[in-house]
Order: sequence, then C-alpha cells, then structure tokens
Amino acid sequence: MKLNVKIMPKNGVLDPQGKAIENSLSQLGFKNVSEIRQGKIIEIDIDADKDQAINIADEMCKKLLVNLIIEDYEIIFDREK
Amino acid sequence: MIKITNEIVEEHGINSEEYDFILKSLRREPTITELGIFSAMWSEHCSYKSSKYWLSQLPTKNEFVIQGPGENAGVIDIGDGYAAVFKMESHNHPSFIEPYQGAATGVGGILRDVFTMGARPVALLNAIRFGETSHKKTKHLLTGVVSGIGGYGNCMGIPTVGGEVEFNSSYNDNILVNAMCVGIAKKNKIFYSKASGVGNSVVYVGSKTGRDGIHGATMASAEFDENSEEKRPTVQVGDPFSEKLLLEACMELMKMDVIVAIQDMGAAGLTSSAVEMAGKGNLGIELDLDKVPCREEKMSAYEIMLSESQERMLMILEPDKENIAKEIFEKWELDFSVIGKLTDTNRLIINHQKEKKADIILDILEKGAPSYKRPYEINIFDDEDIKEDILINESPISILKKMISSPNLCSRKWVWEQYDHMVMTDTVLLPGGDSAIIRVHGTNKGLSVTSDSTPRYCASDPYEGGKQAVAEAWRNLISVGSLPIAITDCMNFGNPEKKEIMGQFAGVIKGMIEACNTLNFPVVSGNVSLYNETNGKGINPTPVIGGVGVVENLDIFSDQNLKRKDDFIIIIGKTTGHLTQSIYANELLNYKKGLPPKVNLEEELKNGLALRELINKRLIDTSHDISDGGLLIALTEMSMKNLIGFNINIEKDNLNSYLFGEDQARYVVAVEKNKVEDVRLLLSEKNVFFEEIGQTCKDKIIINNKQISILELKEIYENWFNNYLSKAS
Repeated sequence: MKLNVKIMPKNGVLDPQGKAIENSLSQLGFKNVSEIRQGKIIEIDIDADKDQAINIADEMCKKLLVNLIIEDYEIIFDREK
Repeated sequence: MIKITNEIVEEHGINSEEYDFILKSLRREPTITELGIFSAMWSEHCSYKSSKYWLSQLPTKNEFVIQGPGENAGVIDIGDGYAAVFKMESHNHPSFIEPYQGAATGVGGILRDVFTMGARPVALLNAIRFGETSHKKTKHLLTGVVSGIGGYGNCMGIPTVGGEVEFNSSYNDNILVNAMCVGIAKKNKIFYSKASGVGNSVVYVGSKTGRDGIHGATMASAEFDENSEEKRPTVQVGDPFSEKLLLEACMELMKMDVIVAIQDMGAAGLTSSAVEMAGKGNLGIELDLDKVPCREEKMSAYEIMLSESQERMLMILEPDKENIAKEIFEKWELDFSVIGKLTDTNRLIINHQKEKKADIILDILEKGAPSYKRPYEINIFDDEDIKEDILINESPISILKKMISSPNLCSRKWVWEQYDHMVMTDTVLLPGGDSAIIRVHGTNKGLSVTSDSTPRYCASDPYEGGKQAVAEAWRNLISVGSLPIAITDCMNFGNPEKKEIMGQFAGVIKGMIEACNTLNFPVVSGNVSLYNETNGKGINPTPVIGGVGVVENLDIFSDQNLKRKDDFIIIIGKTTGHLTQSIYANELLNYKKGLPPKVNLEEELKNGLALRELINKRLIDTSHDISDGGLLIALTEMSMKNLIGFNINIEKDNLNSYLFGEDQARYVVAVEKNKVEDVRLLLSEKNVFFEEIGQTCKDKIIINNKQISILELKEIYENWFNNYLSKAS
C-alpha cells in the first residue's frame, strides 16, 4: 500500500524556509505573495492493507518522521493505485 | 476585559504577597497585560529574586574589568585597545522540551547578548548535561541538542571551540544546556543598554514577532511535572540566517555614532528589554504596539509583550538619526520600526489598538521586584573513606580501559566534530584540550577559553565544589600558558524554596567568592537557572564556570599533546590519592559517599603561576591539568594525538589511589631533556612540590612494566559515542 505523509510546520510556528522563499519571490517580482510555508512529503510503501498501513504510518510519524512539537502531519493515499 | 482571578495570578507564578504588593502599588487591579509583565519581570529568570542576595557578594572587579554583571554581557580589557565581551546562559527547560530548537535558540540568545554590546562573536562554548546513558530520553536529547548547537553556530559562521558533556542520573528529566559566547570589540566602542535622552525613539529591529515562547520566561522558572511536555507549542524556532543578518546590520550601524542604547530581546522579550533599558536610565517609556512588526494576525498586547520570538533587538536612537539606521536594516532585509519614545515619567505605558493596555511605574517593576533571603542549610556528606574491601585489586591498565571508554571520560570528538570549530580560521588551539585558543583577528594575541564544573563535588560539599569549579577553570587557562582574567557563571540548581537546595547555592557561592578573590578571577557576567528538578528531585548543583584568559604572544603557549619521546614527565602539585567523589570511586566502584578533594587555593595559585612562568620561558610546551579521572587519565589523554606514550614507575602502596585520585592543584607536564634542569630549579625556587615519574616513549604506555598500545586505547576512547548511538534503544 503506497501512501504519502505530508508534514507541515504548525500554524504559528516560525518557518524560516517559507520566509526565505517568500523574500526571494518578492525580489523576483512576484507580487501579492504571502503566507508561504514549506513542508515535506514522504512516500512510503507499506506491505499491509489500508487500515493497517494507516496505523503503521501513524506510528512512524509519531516516532520518527514528524517533530510533533512544531509540525503537523497528514497521511494521504496515492489515488491512482 | 479579562477578570483577574486568583487562579490566573497563580498561573503567572505570582504568590499572594507579591500580588498584594501589585494591588497596593497600582491602587487598582492590573490588566492581564500588566499581570503578564509583572509575571515576566518577577520570574526568577529576570528578577533573580532568590539569588540576588548571594550573587551580589561575588567579586566583580580586577584591573582588567571594564563592565561587570548587570549588562548584556561582561567586558574585560585584553590590551592593545581591544576588549573581550562574554557571557554564559542556560537554556535548560526549552532544550528538554525540544532539544534541537531549544539548544539552537540558546546559542542564538547568547550570541545576541554579546554582539548587542558591539563585539563580534569569535567563539562559542557549550556545557551540556544529560541523564544517565540508559535513560530512555538521553539519546534523543543528546543528538538533538548537539545538532541544534551545531546548526545554529555553523550557520552563523562562528566556531564552537569548547565545552563539557556529562551524563548523570540527576539530569534524567532535566537536562542542562549552557551556552557561552565570547566576542571581541574595540575597547572604546562598547554599547550599553542604559537608555538616555527624553524624546529619543524606541526602535524595534530584526525579525517579526510571533506567538513564540509566550510564557517562556515564566515557564523556565516553573518546576516541571509530568504534564510539562504539554507546554510544547510555546517553544521558539531559531532562524540563524536572520541572526546573521541582524549581526551584520548591528555591526554596520555600530561603526557610526548613532546608537544611544541597545539590548537584545531575550527572555521575556519586549517586556524585559523595554523595562530594563528605561529603568537603567531612570526614564519612562511609551510603546505603541500597533507599530510592532507581527508575523501573525490578531496578536494581543499580552502576546506581543511576552513573545520570545528570536532574532530581535531594541534600540534607542535620536529621532534625526533614525533614517541612517533604517537604511541599514532595510538593506539587510530586516524589519525596522519606531515603536515608541522615552519619557521622563518613570512609567511604562503600553498602547495597543487605541487603548492603554498597561501603565506601570517602572520602579515598582524593577526596584519593587521581590528579593528573598530564603532560609538555607548547607549540608555536606559525612567524611567516610573507601574501605579496603571495596578497592578491588585490579591492574591500573584494566581500570584505565574501563574508565576511558566510559561515558564521562571518553573522547568528546563525536560532539565537537559536528561543530564547525575552525571557521574564521582563528582557532589556534582546537577543542579537546584544557582550553581552546582563539586569535584576536589580525594580531598575534589570543584568547583562551574554557568551561568547567564538577557537580558531584558540589553535591557532596557545596563550598569545596564552588571553589573547585572556579579553580579548575583557572587551571585550564593556566595550563595553556595564558593569563586568566575573569569568569562568567551559569548557576544551575534545584528548587530554592527548599532550604537544603538554597544551602547548596549559598555554599557554592561562598566557595566561589573565596576562589575568585584568591585567584584574582572575578565574575563579570552570568545567569541563574533554578527549579531544575523533576517530580521534586533536584539536579546535582551545577555552577558552570566559563573562564577567559589572554595569551600575549601566540608563539608561546602550551598544549596537552605529548610531542617527543624521552621527555621527562613531571607532576606539579602534591598527590595524596584522594578517592572519594572521584570518577573512579563514583562510577567504577559505585561508591558515592565521602567528601570531594579539598581545594587549597594558595597551592593552586603557587603551582599555577609557576607553571605559567615555565611555559612563558619556553621551558614547557606540553602540559595538562589533572582533573576528572586523575593522573593516569590525564597522561593517557596526552598520548592520544601523536601516539607518544609514557613509561612511568610508581612505587606506592596505594597505586590505584595515586593513579586515579583527584587531588587538586595538579598538572602533569612533559619536559625536554635539555630543559629539565631549569624546570627543576624554577619549581624548587618557587617552593612548588613536584614529582618525576618517568619518561615519554613511542606508541605505548607502560605502567610499572605493564604495557598497552595507544592505538588499542584510542579505539575504545574514541568510539564510545558512535557505539552508544548506533545501538538500538
């Protein structure tokens, strides 16, 4: 079962990367740009059925993939499969 | 408007007497913003209410001190028109909650303390302490803290050159992260935080304000309990690239004659910087929070005043010079905003959204701040010696192998290799020795820096422990040949409302006072972190001493690495074989009773100055102070780098006590054959006790004819961290 974990900085937590991107875009002339946040997506293939895979991925997030103190996450299934 | 209930007052860490005083002084109920301001200013972190009485007794002056405690950092004269600016600060609780960001922002904070005074930071040190290695959180905290320190320092381009790493069960749920920064400034270009000039502008520069770390200062002073991890969302995130811009912008502006006063926004953010700057100048300050650059929408006055967003500064400028500063800060892509002005009213007035949110007489906040002489009781352990039957009859080499591969004595290379310790190319003596040496850029002069503490000594005898921490820092500066000048102290203790903990604090301070006085080694800056306990159990009392010395001529200094075979090995200072509270007793024999070694400060002074003279006369280029683990550990450390070992013969009944005891005021040195007579002569003249115990040799160490190869020792010495971290927990 292939799935993606989408990880984003929590609302309100400073996101230096998002800030840097926003600065650079505005310097390049992209106006009306704001609220840029940068997160990451992790692709995982788990050999299990959907419900099990969700549970396993959730555990992975809590133990390693996500810094729960400053990040939120979402488990997303690849729709094509 | 929020009604102030007893519950809210209590949540702000204000007790009922303190609250009564607030009511009486204001003659009304405070607003929530005002309560937040009182809470922040009267927290231990900002007010030093439990420690002030004791701290004020520390010696703070000698012929080199330009600025002692009370400013953003201490300042000493290092000659030739230069000054060194330095301070150490704790970031314990934030690092326990989020190790990477906690440690990173700790580094960021101490950097700002130094460059806000006009000094360019040239070195960082970090004294970090974790729970026992088997504790479930230790690996995560260790790796997080080390990456956080490296992450921030490396991005800033400032070398991290020293520090300490210790593991002890007393830090299981309360780690210590103490960061020190040293900077160099022109002596006549130091910037202070005392505001002056009624009508001058209050200017905010740096990054925007978010809801980061709100209640951070209050949190840092509140004892942890099982629920403490729920306070996580308040942890601030560091942005070293913004800090780098802020550093360069400040440096550029400081070249001009524009800044009246400047202070970084650290703990308690805008509140403490505004209150302290105006308070020092005996002025008033009026702020319009609508002008504060905010990262988030709908921030309240309370949140803006208490936010601990990083990479921000507050400056006082003359209104007609605002544009000069504005241009510079905008060039560096930083926010710049005039947010208020100085008044002559002695009041702090906060306006936000057309409403007055706070109006407090500054004297109430500052001079009215509580100061407690808390009851204390100085307890020391019983004087019990190790009984014969505990001293197992084990060979020195076997003990040595166990000790150098133990968490508290193994090589710290894994840690400092992650830090960029060479950036700026002024690191003359690298981490791993007694002190690091940093060149004063463009000169042939250097600064020696070290950080030291022996908490197990302080726990068993606070007074001797306090003396020892200062003496060891002094010794580490001496053993590279530098002249020790002054110290910064970071005092990490438990709950001061307990009289035995307050006794630890009082005892340590008394010991420090004596050592500072005898060694002419005053305190110029520092920080206190109390309530370091979890579920009621205190940490070992941990006064971390950051020492700074001067190397007049970088062609003459000493390091700890043995360099040649057939050098004579001499121990300076007397060895009696004091074992109780040694690492050998505590960690190998698991014998934790008894008293630490006594520190004879007159001996320290005599032995240290003699060694310094020997180094400066170029009679000695290899020296190491004897501390944790004793003589054999010191000698083994000296052998590692160049694979030059030693052959020593020691005829003592108590061989292991002699080799692993931790008597103070001692150094081990290696002397070239043609210089040994001069060395003997000078030491005898100075009436310094010394012993010659053998000679250096290649590739191995030999103790009373039993030998082992250095490579074999090096393997276990350098691999402890990797082995520990690669093991699944």
